[in-house]
Amino acid sequence: MTQVDDKTYAELEQIAARYPEPRSGLLPMLHLVQSAHGRITPEGIEACADILGISAADVSGVATFYTMYKRRPVGDYHVGVCTNTLCAVMGGDAIFSRLKDHLDVGNDETTPDGKITLEHIECNAACDYAPVMMVNWEFMDNQTPESATQLVDDLRSGNEVRSTRGPRIVTWRQAERVLAGYPDGLVDEGPAAGPASLVGLRLARENDWKAPDSPGLETGAGAPSSTSEAEEGK
Amino acid sequence: MTDTLTPVLTDSWDTERAWTLPAYESRGGYGALRKALGMEPGAIVEAVKESGLRGRGGAGFPTGMKWSFIPQDNPKPKYLVVNADESEPGTCKDIPLMMANPHVLVEGVIISSFAIRANKAFIYIRGEVLHVIRRVQAAVAEAYAAGHLGQDIHGSGYDLDVIVHAGAGAYICGEETALLEGLEGRRGQPRLRPPFPAVAGLYASPTVINNVESIASVPSIIEHGHEWFASMGTEKSKGYGIFSLSGHVANPGQFEAPLGITLRELIDLAGGIRDGHQLKFWTPGGSSTPLLTDEHLDVPLDFEGVAGVGSMLGTRALQIFDETTCVVRATLRWTEFYKHESCGKCTPCREGTWWLVQVLSRLEQGVGSESDLDLLLDQCDNIAGRSFCALADGAAAPIQSSIKFFRDEYIAHLTHGGCPFDPAASTLFATSGALA
Ligand SMILES: Cc1cc2nc3c(=O)[nH]c(=O)nc-3n(C[C@H](O)[C@H](O)[C@H](O)COP(=O)(O)O)c2cc1C
Ligand code: SF4
Repeated sequence: MTQVDDKTYAELEQIAARYPEPRSGLLPMLHLVQSAHGRITPEGIEACADILGISAADVSGVATFYTMYKRRPVGDYHVGVCTNTLCAVMGGDAIFSRLKDHLDVGNDETTPDGKITLEHIECNAACDYAPVMMVNWEFMDNQTPESATQLVDDLRSGNEVRSTRGPRIVTWRQAERVLAGYPDGLVDEGPAAGPASLVGLRLARENDWKAPDSPGLETGAGAPSSTSEAEEGK
Repeated sequence: MTDTLTPVLTDSWDTERAWTLPAYESRGGYGALRKALGMEPGAIVEAVKESGLRGRGGAGFPTGMKWSFIPQDNPKPKYLVVNADESEPGTCKDIPLMMANPHVLVEGVIISSFAIRANKAFIYIRGEVLHVIRRVQAAVAEAYAAGHLGQDIHGSGYDLDVIVHAGAGAYICGEETALLEGLEGRRGQPRLRPPFPAVAGLYASPTVINNVESIASVPSIIEHGHEWFASMGTEKSKGYGIFSLSGHVANPGQFEAPLGITLRELIDLAGGIRDGHQLKFWTPGGSSTPLLTDEHLDVPLDFEGVAGVGSMLGTRALQIFDETTCVVRATLRWTEFYKHESCGKCTPCREGTWWLVQVLSRLEQGVGSESDLDLLLDQCDNIAGRSFCALADGAAAPIQSSIKFFRDEYIAHLTHGGCPFDPAASTLFATSGALA
């Protein structure tokens, strides 16, 4: 039995209170349950139901709809390999099958040491860095089967691992707490943008390409009726 | 003539600590907010209308017009909801934007909320992007501390609260009414429309839902004027947009350009198709937009241009595949995605996507027959346009378009008794190996 401790219960109430209608807090509340318990537990579901005044079945119905919520314990590191079309073609399929062999687990399974849960994931909005992996939902860009096995070996042996354009990797449970709306102070780690994000901007700088100059304050948005004349000059 | 690339939203991405408030304000950030607070809300709506800004989340609906549908005589609170669910396969612009420049989104949220007279706004971010969520959370906190958010913003008498909300993994929550369900703490299944969200959205109150990039474009329109915005782009597709190139180009990445740029120009900017290969097929705006081929390199990438060749501009998610890629494998994988993401609310999509995967897998393994292609097209006809939401139309798009352009390749799987392609040849590491 995993009881919901007082601190967690109070935080669950706090999340619900952020919203005009408390039930809106349910998704972040379930993230907090995962942070506290390492998965969605029956006790966590009861606590959410209790706070929101809805049935446990209602909460369960929501928890089972969203793929980030897990009924089985997740390892310290959730390792996702994108196998949607673009990443798959660029090497995601090869990476995923290499990791299954290397870790000797199947999809959505956890290594016996409780360190790594492997899952193939859908497009994570980083296609210009394909093939992409996510560790606890941090970007690991431009992977190969070799870099991927090195990555999981590092995670398993406790070496510090950093996102390729983000912070040092925290545990899955710590990450879930940020998703519940409790920042962890790592916001300033990592760059503003990775190299692929800057390809167009670099070319613009080299060629001195810019958006048109601002026409100045007097032609500001306050005077919408004068459009056509002002546009002539451009 | 405008320049080839026109960085506005991306312009700060290479500056030190671009995500912080001091960095944003040192470039004039929140100047548009001060200007907007001195305007009539209705004048802001007019300016956005006049600018010609159309939704950047896929459908291209005019943003100012959407705002003007909010019934101001409705006594209920009004809400602004930002759609930061970015999950359409291939789409990867909002995530780097929020990572590098979250304040332009926050400033856009404040101006847009003021324009529609909302006192509460939500930014619904997909849960699977932890660092992006950190950056947006921090930007909102900084904006509060600086008095850009909260009570009586800069003495204007206007109050606004912003809540950053993390989703939990569901592509369908990008569909605006499913997103509202998620935001109300329910399973993310789309709602019947009408009523449209503008009339009865979040908590059955008038609600505007806009994409991240749409809202982030608003400060520039207010700052430089709608004529400035409309001076970029084409006749009916005004302004700039972020074009995302991924896949088999030498330098994949983000390119902010006036709408109407062509794929030929963009591939050139991206250093060409990877060495020794040729373009085979591409998506103009994510996997839900019908595939195009090398016949379409000179189509202007604006709403009308892409529609004119039977596809959609969508999210300008240009996924580029060269001749090493099996189109049947690509299509099957997308179809598996739609099956997985179907929310199950309506039968044609829930059952139909399952059947599509069955038939396509057989074909991919080379064990079907040619009549399966007609069966597939027939199934697509029974799913697209007959389902509850547009996810199902998206599911049919890659199948219909790939059969249209590459029927022979499907048949080759049958004659070959399986896939004739070597998957290793299309990987990123295959190229580096070949060059070494
Ligand atoms: C299945 C599906 C997924 C969608 N995903 C997104 C998304 O991730 N982000 C987004 O902005 N719009 C998405 N949309 C479009 C939204 O429903 C909506 O049109 C959009 O957020 C409106 O914003 P805009 O007018 O600023 O583009 C999706 C639509 C469908 C049918
Ligand atoms: S079309 Fe698919 S995703 Fe949309 S409501 Fe029906 S089952 Fe759900």
